[in-house]
Amino acid sequence: MSVHNRMSVLMNNSALRGVAIQVLLGMAMLSVAWVIAQNAAGNLQRANIRSGFDFLDARAGFEIARPLIQYTSDSTYGRALVVGLLNTMLIAATGIVAATIIGFLVGIGRLSSNWLIARLCALYVEVFRNLPPLLLVFFWYLGILSVLPQPRESLRLPLNLFLNNRGLTFPAPVPSEGLGGVAAVFVAGLLLSFVLARWARIRQAKTGRRFPTLLVSVGLVVVLTTVAFVAAGAPLSFNYPVAGTFNITGGTVLGPEFISLFMALSFYTASFIAEIVRAGIQGVPKGQTEAAKALGLKPSAVMSLIVIPQAFRIIIPPLTSQYLNLTKNSSLAIAVGFSDLIAVGGTTLNQTGQAIEIIAIWMLIYLTLSVMTSVFMNWFNAKVALVER
Amino acid sequence: MKSRFLLALLGGAVCAATAAAAPVDTLQSIKAKGSLACGVSTGNPGFSATDDKGEWKGLDVDFCHAVSAAVLGDPSKVKYNPLSSKVRFTALQSGEIDILSRQTTWTASREAGLGLMFAGVMYYDGQGFMVNSKKVSGVTSAKQLSGATVCVLTGTTGELNMADYFKANKIEFSPVVFEKIEEAKAAYDAGRCDVYTDDQSNLYSARLSLAAPADHVVLPEIISKEPVGPVVRQGDDRWLNVVKWTYFALVQAEEFGITQANVEEMKNSSNPEIKRLLGQEAGATIGTDFGLSSDFVVNVIKAVGNYGEIFERNIGQQSPLKIERGKNALWTQGGLQYAMPFR
Repeated sequence: MSVHNRMSVLMNNSALRGVAIQVLLGMAMLSVAWVIAQNAAGNLQRANIRSGFDFLDARAGFEIARPLIQYTSDSTYGRALVVGLLNTMLIAATGIVAATIIGFLVGIGRLSSNWLIARLCALYVEVFRNLPPLLLVFFWYLGILSVLPQPRESLRLPLNLFLNNRGLTFPAPVPSEGLGGVAAVFVAGLLLSFVLARWARIRQAKTGRRFPTLLVSVGLVVVLTTVAFVAAGAPLSFNYPVAGTFNITGGTVLGPEFISLFMALSFYTASFIAEIVRAGIQGVPKGQTEAAKALGLKPSAVMSLIVIPQAFRIIIPPLTSQYLNLTKNSSLAIAVGFSDLIAVGGTTLNQTGQAIEIIAIWMLIYLTLSVMTSVFMNWFNAKVALVER
Repeated sequence: MKSRFLLALLGGAVCAATAAAAPVDTLQSIKAKGSLACGVSTGNPGFSATDDKGEWKGLDVDFCHAVSAAVLGDPSKVKYNPLSSKVRFTALQSGEIDILSRQTTWTASREAGLGLMFAGVMYYDGQGFMVNSKKVSGVTSAKQLSGATVCVLTGTTGELNMADYFKANKIEFSPVVFEKIEEAKAAYDAGRCDVYTDDQSNLYSARLSLAAPADHVVLPEIISKEPVGPVVRQGDDRWLNVVKWTYFALVQAEEFGITQANVEEMKNSSNPEIKRLLGQEAGATIGTDFGLSSDFVVNVIKAVGNYGEIFERNIGQQSPLKIERGKNALWTQGGLQYAMPFR
């Protein structure tokens, strides 16, 4: 066999050829990326522009309002970016929870047989999904600033809450010794509930007898935690807000920036989630409901045991997209001066002038957040997916 | 055949990516394209803002007119590029604009690390504070601002100055950081903040657009030096020279009493220094050595007047801002504006 023949045998092996082409393409893409990076670095150096990530260890010099972790103007740029990232994660997490709750309520409400509820929910969806989110952010922000009173004329609400145009001030919990033990008891209560739920499921499968799992679990956690709290001598005090020269001092503040962004994002995203939920429920074949009723199940059991589990299979994938959208839309924070990752990164970019590095950090972090959300939702999706036996 | 085509494509891409950005002769390229790309603010009355006819007006804008007149002999050949404080340096570094005339503070780190050069100081400013005297009566000094909430613009030197100043004076404060002047002003006006901080010139200009300007007081403390002026890229010394000496020409013209109105008569002045500045001396080569016409200063003064005229028209007594010359008076009148000699 000649060399030429051996080559043509290799060339005609389609699997081998496929791998070879993939490897070549991958190498080509990597080398193009490398060349671009080298070229950019060279150009920056020629233009006498600083580059590299050393700035992350330099003193930031600017303040951030209400950081979630210890931060002063003496902290580093790296820490400032972490403060921004935590704020982004806070707004994304709280927004997702609120949007999901509102979205499910409105989505189910649209299918209500009550004419008024169904129309109100439809109106909600049409209003909020047809407005740009930036407009909603401004609406809430300027609404809070112009409707609520100045700090000196704060509205005093029950539970030592103060509401004014600087935000909502509430007593800050101050933990003291022994709270860790109470928390441990709380976790133990949760674990016990899981074990209980498992036992109840197995018993129902064997004997058909049902057990009020939810009620007993909640009781278990609340009673155990309360007993532990009292036994430990109530290891929790509160720092109550009082009126100062300019502002309410003491307590913890939720600023109007956070509140307006939270409201806007959760109301906006909820309108999309509502439609997804409605589509999911309507996507379950009518025969399923009819069969469940024929078996004699109560309407609530039909919903919770038959319809919702099947609707979830339709709901989860588009719901994931909405969660990602909400996370990305949180960058609208910059419009109202909430110190999220984009805002803090923007300040850093300005002070250091290192645009390429900051934008790379932004992209990497948003990509990581989105991928993490996707991975979690895909896991959840796989869990509720139809398992064919 | 197909793979060879792919290979060629790849090769082309690599070549395109490696083509280094060769140093550009900015002066030549402006003359070739016939216009000057000038980076200005997104709207700050007195310095750079559009008027009711949509035309750009202001101190920083007039400087671009002056450079355009010097290079192209026509003050109107300016293309404006409104930039936020966040993108201004990138726009200049990447060559999108030829000159940044946007109240940018001259600092060491900007020249050391950003590849930029400042060509002069169009306005000596300083950071100050403004409070609403109706809402927080009795505040007469920045030292009384403990516990205050402060509205500030992101990416300005102001954000750092404020942190340093309050830290040095052990004053607690809470910043609210905005991207745009309009947003910061609206939030301050709505009572979100007790204090609004920016360069003092901006405070005067911002005060005009508040709901009740008379209620607001600019506190006396100036906590920083903010020399603002035009910026160019490093590595093009010829262009830096043109911008720098256009600025000096504006100041020198004021010192000699050359105005927009009398510049033609001044050409025949018996004073040799004035004749040299206006390029009327026999065998004068200063202008042509810069790569401009020998009488470029005449074009500049005809277009925008001298430094004093630009100042008074945009931010001084003939404007709504009514800012005093103060430190921006000529050195002969106790100020800091001083032109290097045209010799």
